[in-house]
Amino acid sequence: MSSKHPLNAKAFVANDERMHWHDKALWFVREKRDITSKTIPEWEQLREYANSIKTHTMANLDKYLVEFEKNAQARGIEVHWAKDAKEHNEIVYNILKENNAKKIVKSKSMLTEECHLNPYLIEKGIEVVDTDLGERIVQLRNEPPSHVVLPAIHLKKQDVSDTFHEHLGTQEGNYDPTYLTRAARASLRENFLNADAGITGVNFAIANTGGFVVCTNEGNADMGANTPKLHIACMGIEKIIPRLEDLSVFTRLLARSATGQAVTAYTSHFHGPVVGGKMHIVIVDNLRSPFLKSEKYQKALNCIRCGACMNTCPIFRRSGGHSYEYVIPGPIGSSLATFRDPKKHKTLSFACTLCGSCSNVCPVKIDLDAQLYNHRQDLTQQGIIDSKKKFMLKSASWLMSHPTLFDLAGKVARKVVPLLPKSMLYTKSNVWGKNRDLPQMPKNSFKELYKKGIEDDK
Amino acid sequence: MKIGLFIPCFMNELYPDVCVATYKLLKNLNIDIDYPMSQTCCGQPMANSGCSKDIETLAKQFVETFKDYDYIVAPSGSCVAMVKDHYGVFFKDDADYNKVKTSIYEVCEFLHDVIKIDKFDVSFPHKVGLHNSCHGHRMLKLATPSELNIPYDSKLKNLLSLVKDIELVTLQREDECCGFGGTFSVTEEDISIAMGKDRIKDHLDSHAQIITGADMSCLMHMDGIINRNNENIKVMHIVEILAGVEK
Ligand code: SF4
Repeated sequence: MSSKHPLNAKAFVANDERMHWHDKALWFVREKRDITSKTIPEWEQLREYANSIKTHTMANLDKYLVEFEKNAQARGIEVHWAKDAKEHNEIVYNILKENNAKKIVKSKSMLTEECHLNPYLIEKGIEVVDTDLGERIVQLRNEPPSHVVLPAIHLKKQDVSDTFHEHLGTQEGNYDPTYLTRAARASLRENFLNADAGITGVNFAIANTGGFVVCTNEGNADMGANTPKLHIACMGIEKIIPRLEDLSVFTRLLARSATGQAVTAYTSHFHGPVVGGKMHIVIVDNLRSPFLKSEKYQKALNCIRCGACMNTCPIFRRSGGHSYEYVIPGPIGSSLATFRDPKKHKTLSFACTLCGSCSNVCPVKIDLDAQLYNHRQDLTQQGIIDSKKKFMLKSASWLMSHPTLFDLAGKVARKVVPLLPKSMLYTKSNVWGKNRDLPQMPKNSFKELYKKGIEDDK
Repeated sequence: MKIGLFIPCFMNELYPDVCVATYKLLKNLNIDIDYPMSQTCCGQPMANSGCSKDIETLAKQFVETFKDYDYIVAPSGSCVAMVKDHYGVFFKDDADYNKVKTSIYEVCEFLHDVIKIDKFDVSFPHKVGLHNSCHGHRMLKLATPSELNIPYDSKLKNLLSLVKDIELVTLQREDECCGFGGTFSVTEEDISIAMGKDRIKDHLDSHAQIITGADMSCLMHMDGIINRNNENIKVMHIVEILAGVEK
């Protein structure tokens, strides 16, 4: 699957009503984020702290990972290392096999999405149920999540109702959100009670305690981690923070940035297996360590997956998360995807007006718009952008480096364009003019007026 | 104090009236202003499209053209941001570039921060919506972006409030992008148009008669959509209002 953002966006925009509904839903979250972030006078300072802690951690990642491993092991947690998605999936599968676990409840984890864990396990005959409500909805529809915090934000309640009717046997045409939520909850209860193992993600892993924290609003991670005797937590290497004291900086920023809540409803600390049970943690690299070496894109690893950059992004709001064709969509996803596979994702860094709003909302101050600007330069250097476009831009640069020629070209255009019939001006190749009128051509350029003497001109 | 006027390439060709208004606005304040003839373009469209390497000559030419002025002033926030933020790669600790970088101003920023203007002798009895163009807004900090938790200020609003009889309307989304974005307007045409329409609608819903702003490129994009759809609203560059141009 190649990434074709403009085409996917076209399809999303074509349904004007749905596009505006999506835009408004996300803007509503962005406004909630604004209101709650403004109740904290030290908000900008918190962002700065978060940035510093993360930057420090990434510079000493090896040290903190080893510290974490040692402390986690001391708490009876088994620690595994995976270099890529394949190893990650195999490790998880082997743990499940050793424990004879056939039914799994899983809470939200973008990492397992990235590793395609679900299809892998399902193919091995294991039943996997996503237990976050939004994740469950997209799982039943066989779709990927479209947003890191609001995985089913692209769907309306009618879509959810139809999906539940088909898979959970709810009443057809009953769109009542409470009714639908109850139906989902009843079905999920069954899954929790019968599960052999729970898989969760990790929001923060604390090096000096060897424990980790999972944030949810539904408590589903707690159910999944505590009901069965086996808990497997999966995390990318970047989830480490050095000390317990650092945690509050992030928990204060995370929920407010994500949904405008003061805290997530459940901020659960895991520091060892349940009585008589087992706890495993799988630490995954999967193309993360190259970021550490890259000066320009290193900061992308600081992301805490709050989704704020998606909510604020005017392009995301109007094109939907699926248009990015990458597990993490929006500004941060565009940077991650382009760094990892520039050829495949070459349109993503251009799916952006460089408005800069994402960098301002980002709680850990990732320089998102600068990264996307840099990606564009890198794609050109690597010869990945369209050669026709490159030629045009090169020619334009050359022309502009020759003032007299440039002035002449402008003069000719100003003389010729007004004489052209509309049918010649508004052609297929004039994309600008498809849905926009061209500006009126003035008689003279400013330069010409200036030469004549502006004062006498009027 | 000698001011070098920088006129962005497309404004020179397409919007001479706005350029004249800028020139006169400064001239009428008794500012010693000069328009160097050898200027062309800051290179922004190329750089934002991934060809920043190709604009090295342009960047050097720009610095050569403007290095001897006390201030460089331009009626375009995004072009000023380009010079400030993206020329650095071509100049390693270069005294001329460092001077240009610190002495280039968007025209409103210049009037507000350097001249510290406190009155305009003009009246503009219309309802006006202010479009905060992203580059000037967030990079040059012409106003406080709605995302940040810092004290609010808006240089453009401060200047407009000096104009008599003007009524600034309140928009639903104060600093939403209009979707121009240079070549974005062509490569992502559908989203660009959708964004432009939404931006215009916000102004129409707020009963604005005029959309103004400090970036002609955003205004050109919205004007194109307005004219295509025969919307009952006009665009005007902010200097036209400040210079007392009637519409
Ligand atoms: S890049 Fe920043 S704003 Fe975007 S998801 Fe990550 S932490 Fe949140």
